[in-house]
Order: sequence, then structure tokens, then C-alpha cells
Amino acid sequence: MTVTPLGLYCEPGNFFIDPSRPVERAVISHGHADHARPGHKAVLATPDTLAIMRARFGEDRAGDVQEPLRYGESVTRNGVRITLLPAGHVLGSAQIVLEWKGSRIVVSGDYKRARDPTCAPFEPMECDVFVTEATFALPVFHHPPAEHEIRRLLDSVALFPERAHVVGAYALGKTQRIIALLREAGWDRPVYLHGAVEKLCTLYESLGVPLGDLRPVPKGLKRGHPPILAGEIVIAPPSAESTPWARRLADPVTAAASGWMTVRQRAKLRGVELPLIVSDHADWDELLATIEEVRAPEVWVTHGRDDALIHALSLRGVRGRALHLVGREDEEDEGAPEAPAGTEVPAGAAH
Amino acid sequence: MSVQAFADLLERLVFTPGRNAKIALMRRWFAEQPDPDRGVGLAALTGELAFTAAKPMVIRELVESRVDKVLLALSHDYVGDLAETVALIWPQREGVNAPPPSLSEVVEGLELASRAEVPALMEGWLDTLDAGGRLALIKLVTGGLRVGASARLAKTALAEWSGQEVGEIEEVWHGVAPPYIPLFRWLEGQGPRPDAAGAPVFRPLMLAHPLEAPADVAAVEANPGDWRAEWKWDGIRVQLTAGPGGRRMWSRTGEDISGAFPEIAEAMEFHAVLDGELLVIRDGTVAPFSDLQQRLNRKVIGPKLMRDYPVAVRLYDLLLDGEEDLRALPFDARRARLEAWYARHAPARMDVSEMIPFTGLDHLSGLRDTARAASIEGLMLKRADSPYLPGRVKGLWWKWKRAPLTVDAVLMYAQRGHGKRSSYYSDYTFGLWRTNEDGTRELVPVGKAYSGFTDQELVMLDRWVRNHTTGRFGPVREVEKAFVLEVIFDAAQLSSRHRSGVAMRFPRIARLRPDKPAEEADALETLMAMVENRPAGA
Ligand SMILES: [Zn+2]
Ligand SMILES: [Zn+2]
Repeated sequence: MTVTPLGLYCEPGNFFIDPSRPVERAVISHGHADHARPGHKAVLATPDTLAIMRARFGEDRAGDVQEPLRYGESVTRNGVRITLLPAGHVLGSAQIVLEWKGSRIVVSGDYKRARDPTCAPFEPMECDVFVTEATFALPVFHHPPAEHEIRRLLDSVALFPERAHVVGAYALGKTQRIIALLREAGWDRPVYLHGAVEKLCTLYESLGVPLGDLRPVPKGLKRGHPPILAGEIVIAPPSAESTPWARRLADPVTAAASGWMTVRQRAKLRGVELPLIVSDHADWDELLATIEEVRAPEVWVTHGRDDALIHALSLRGVRGRALHLVGREDEEDEGAPEAPAGTEVPAGAAH
Repeated sequence: MSVQAFADLLERLVFTPGRNAKIALMRRWFAEQPDPDRGVGLAALTGELAFTAAKPMVIRELVESRVDKVLLALSHDYVGDLAETVALIWPQREGVNAPPPSLSEVVEGLELASRAEVPALMEGWLDTLDAGGRLALIKLVTGGLRVGASARLAKTALAEWSGQEVGEIEEVWHGVAPPYIPLFRWLEGQGPRPDAAGAPVFRPLMLAHPLEAPADVAAVEANPGDWRAEWKWDGIRVQLTAGPGGRRMWSRTGEDISGAFPEIAEAMEFHAVLDGELLVIRDGTVAPFSDLQQRLNRKVIGPKLMRDYPVAVRLYDLLLDGEEDLRALPFDARRARLEAWYARHAPARMDVSEMIPFTGLDHLSGLRDTARAASIEGLMLKRADSPYLPGRVKGLWWKWKRAPLTVDAVLMYAQRGHGKRSSYYSDYTFGLWRTNEDGTRELVPVGKAYSGFTDQELVMLDRWVRNHTTGRFGPVREVEKAFVLEVIFDAAQLSSRHRSGVAMRFPRIARLRPDKPAEEADALETLMAMVENRPAGA
């Protein structure tokens, strides 16, 4: 196993894992844009991930040869046995288990341990090397139960029935998880969707994840049309609330569902009125608990806060290694503001 | 109810931009929380709950005993704020299942504990709370609580929740104390109106509307004899309350600002309630507002500051003479009482606002526009028969500002607004041309405006900003330097805090000038020439 500019490469098996550019043979952990890219020749992934890739890239760009592999089943490539196990991140997300000459590496992709009604839960597998993400690898990240955050959302809807609630959520995974959790919490009104999140909701439903009554946010309203969807919940991509699209909505409460909402300053910068801490990535405790469970003496960190994680592992006698994979833009961070530059913007000297 | 519920309220108030939404959040607090917690919460909202029971150092030591140093440093570096870092990182001890403390338990605990006992108390509480609750607790204990609402707004929420007038609440306010049980009993119709019993009480001020609408102007013009005119001074509107129960100087919103102006408090040797304007006055001349600003937000009021920026109150009205309430009397009668009262007491550091005789509005506007002293904003017109009523009652008092100053400036940056305007670029930073030593010209930002335009103009500006963005800095967009705005403002003052060296008072956008080339916008010197330091009345 080696680190190349394209990402992780399995030399004996001759394939890449989640490569950043088109390659001959790719094994893909899940459908997020920083892991699954269009234009590979051969793609091995779970059937759901392949379906997501076809929906996102088109039938012809999701891999010339598509090889579905179900959770728990294995194939062998040049003596390397490949098994996919649920990662609990989004629908179809998989840990990639590689076995060769008696040693085992688990590449976890992105993962979480918190409950998610829209995908299979993470299955820990003991291994010699565990390859982990570290998106939220600082001890300040303790994601509260997502159910708790959904209650806060519904509580706000009850308090402000004259306003529309717009939840900014990533189109793949987060959107569907929020909807499913709303259904579990008893919200059986229609959930309204921004055009950019519609397609993947339809796909989830066709793959057997029921999401209830979904409707598009009405388009093509005449100028001067009274604002719409007071008292309703709308799901939209992050930052849609700052575009002219949002103007049709009744005095929207802008909510954002992301692990980054833990830190107030970040939520403030986004101009969010109701920050919801809902993450599809493992928090600090989940990362450490998982690493302990898989009992790997060596842990490789693909991306994120590797400094803190590797330090914490060293205190536990586990060897950590930072891979610094490039191009892993965490999807939960989409729409976060750019670093403020030192622009002088004087205020009027009003008192 | 626990600190947790209070933390949730604070959190939402901080993130909610809308006034009505903030009121709704506070109303719910008053409606749902039990006593005494709701009153303790109210005290926190109105800024009457100020603790410094523990220094931030105590919190740091607590967390250092539980968290690895390197991880703490990495985390602090990432989060920025120490209190928030500790709130987020705090590792709860296994097996703690004590219920979180109530807000009143915390306040009581802190009042009874000695300084040495505070860390152990804190540690116990931190173990029972979640991150939001821990943050509220730490901020409360270290005195860094930031509430996303003013005291005035909290009282407005109380008024809306109870159906009582906010003016009534203000009147009893200084006779009640946390946790305000008698206040809540009265508001819920279960107890008598609390008696302020001699304590100094703020009475809401009477405010004026701008005289702009032609119909209003015509109404004044039709019967000029019904109206009285005074200068509108550019200072801080205050209410002086003095009597056996104490002395207070209140700001327009009912904030007690006596502490910052000890010489005024000292001069209040009378039993009365007066309305006036706090000004810096040197040798009978009113100094610009920026001089008064030097006296605000100071921790220490030293003799040098008091000598260099001598303050005085110009009296406008007499509300109570002793215990006698004059507010129902017509203006003319109150004015006569004010003059007689002043002749009798002649308090130091106070004078009576001059009445300006006039024949009609033409005469008056001539007087107004020749009085270009920086400290005069314009004129006040008061109906001779107007009683003194709280708030902004239409048709009784007008403020008639002098014609504003104007520059043509170039739009440089735009920022998204808040609340209803959060999808619009509605805050505009504009600049004027400065010629450098080598002869090149550059734009220097001189001010920021977010009002004055119509809804249609806002839509147009927003679209222009989105189509002409050249850079982004968080919520701010830099735009092509190609759009001219006609900006009006009340005055210009020298300012070392601004890169341009000059600050504008109340800048707002009068007109969009898409027709005008940016090169033809005004130069910085044009604005500089408007800087006013001429003496009052000159
Ligand atoms: Zn992912
Ligand atoms: Zn990822």
C-alpha cells in the first residue's frame, strides 16, 4: 500500500482507493465528491454507491466497467482479497478491507458511529493497519445525539409558525438523514426541497429508504407574490439562504446542519440563525473508541486534524502516521466562508 | 428548570437577528420558567446579574487538571475563545448523574461561596451540564456573559407577554430586584403594582418624529402660533432624577449613566425629574459630539478627563417637581414651571434650553440653515399644548433637521444584511478619491450606509453587486469601482480611527447614480472641507 499524488494505491492488487483523478482501476468507499470522481475505467463499490455515482455523473461517466460488491462479500485481485463493510457514513458507504499474505488493512473512508436511519451501521473489524479520517479530530468535537438537534429544530418551528425554516444540508446523506430523523420525530407534514437536493432524495427512495411526503419548493412565482411556506421545513444546499432563491420564503429562519456548528464563531460567520450540530463524521470520542475496537497497532490518518489524533494515539501506545491526502474537501464544510481578509470597512460614526 | 434552559435561550438570542424573534424567545421564557429562575434569567437579560466570582485563570486551571496540555493548546488555538474551548472540551467524570443546577442555585451558590470554594463548586456543576450549559455557566461566573438583547428589549418582551405598558414596567422597575417575584405576580394579575417607594425611577422619554411629510409641514405652517421652537443639540438625551431616594442620570433607553459623569450627579442637589441634553460645553460653547464620546466607555474618570471634557446638561423639560407630576400639563405650563424652578435652584452645570421666537416656517428654516455649528442638528418643534407622553407620539413633537450634506461616492464593498435582508447585499461601504504624492488617484473608504434606498433600489443594487464582484472576504464582497452613490449625512468630523481621517454622522444613500462615471465622484478634500469645528450659533 503506498501514497501517491492520486491517493492510496494498492500495489499488489493494482488499484487505487478513492483516487482524485481518472484511473484504470478504482475502489470507491462512498459517493461524496471528494472520494468518488467520474471517468474511471473500472470501478468496484457497493451497489448503492454505484447507483449514486450514476445519478451524479450520468450512466456513461460512472466507470466503464462497474463491479458491485455487497457488504460482507469478497473478491480477490492478484491475491489481494477485498471485502466491503458498512461505514455508517451515508447510504452505500463502505470500509474497504484488504487482506494480503496474512495481514489486514482497513481503509475506513469517511465514517461515523452515531445512529443513522438511512444507512447500515459501522461494523468494526480488527486489523493490523487502520486507515482513518480525522475531520473532527479535536477533543472539542462531541456531536450531540442528532435526535436532540432535530427536537431543537421542531421546537423552533413551533415557536415561529409564521416563518419558513430552511435547513442547509449537503445533498448526499445529510439531507436524507435529516428527513428520516424528522419522520421518526413525528413530523409528517410535507418536507420541501430545493432543486439541488431533489435528485438524491428520489434515488434514496428508489433504493429503499422511505422519506415520506417530499415536495419541490414552488418556482416561477410572480413578482410581488406573498412569501410562501410559513411554518414549513425546507431543505436546501448550504448557503442557499444567501441567494435570491430564498426571497420567496416567509421570513426564513436559516438553520445549518453540520458538525462545524459546534464552534459558535463558525456558525456566526455563516450568518446562521439556528445552528444544528448534525454530522456524518465521527467525533473525537467515536474516533478514539473505534481505533481501540479495531485493535490496530498502527493507524494512518488520511485527512483532517491529524496532529491532535496522532498525539492522542501516541499517549495510548498506538503508532500514528499522517498521510496528508490532498483534495479531501470535507463536504460538511461546503459553503463555509473564506478567511476574512484584512479589509478595512469603516462603520459610520453613529451613536 | 436548569442552567441548560437558560443557555438555550442565550444561544438563540445571540444567533437571532430579528427583533420580533428575540421578543418571542423571551416571552416564552417568562411564560414557561418557574420562579425564581425566570426572574434570575430576567436579571441576566437586563444586565443586572454581574459576577466576577472567578477569574478566567481558575477555569484554565480546572481544565488543565483534566485535559492533556497539547490537546488543550491545539483546541484553544482552533476555537479561539478560552471559555468556549473549556465548555466544549470538558470531559465529564464517569458516573456523574446529579441533576444540573437551577439558575437560582448557581446564583445563590456563588453569593455564599468564598473565593476558595468557587473552583470546587464550578467543577461539580460543569460535570452535570452539556456544552451549551457549560459555556453559559463559565461566562456567568467570570462576568463575560453576552446577551443578544438590550435591557429595553427584555422589558418590551415582558410588556408584550403580560399586556402591561412598557412605560408602566419602567416606572416600577427600579423598585424591584431579582428575582422579581412581586413584579411577576403583578404582571400575572395576582399581586399589587410594586411600589418604587422613593427609589430613583426612570420614566420613558417623549420622543419626536422627523418633520418631512408635506401634510405635516403644512399643518405646522397653518398655525405657527401653536408651536414652540428650540435648538436640537447633538449630545446625549438624558433624564435627571434626584430626590431623597438617590440621584440618577438615565440615558434615553433607561440605562443608568450617572457613574460616568460624577460631576453631574454632584450638581443634582434637588428633588425633581428633568429632561435634557448632556453636552460638552467649554466657555458657553457646545463642543462636537466626538468630544462627548471621549467621556463614554471609560473605566476611570480622572480629573484630567473631567477638566478637558467638561460636561453640562441643557434642560428641556420638567417632569416632576418634588413629588408633583407635571407630565399631564401643556408644554407652555411646564416650560413656565421649568424656568421658575431653574431661577429658584440655579443648579451648577445646567442651563435651560433657549426658546427661539419665530414668525413662520420660512423664518425658522432660515435660522436653522444659518446655524451651522457642528453641535446643532436642527430644530425641535413642540406643540404649545402637548402633554409629556412616553415614546414617539405623532403630531406633538417634531425634529426638523437642517438640510444634510452631500457627496458623490463610489461603491467599494457590499455586505449581506441580517434577518429579512440576509439574502441581499444591503450594507455598502463607499469611498472618495485621494490624490497621492506621485499624482495617482486611489479610492479611500469613508463610510458605510445601509439605509435611504427604496426596496426597488435595494434589488437593483444587490443585482449589481452580484454581477460586479471582484473579491470575497467572508460575507463581504469587493466590487468593481464603477457605481456612484449620492450619500447624504448630517455632519463630518475629524477622526483618527478612520483611514480617511474623517467620520460622517448618519450617512445614508440619497440616490443611485448609475449614470455618473466613477472618475467624476467627489474627492476626499471635498469631504474634508465639510468638517465642522465652527463655534455653536456662528
Ligand atoms: Zn464523505
Ligand atoms: Zn470525505
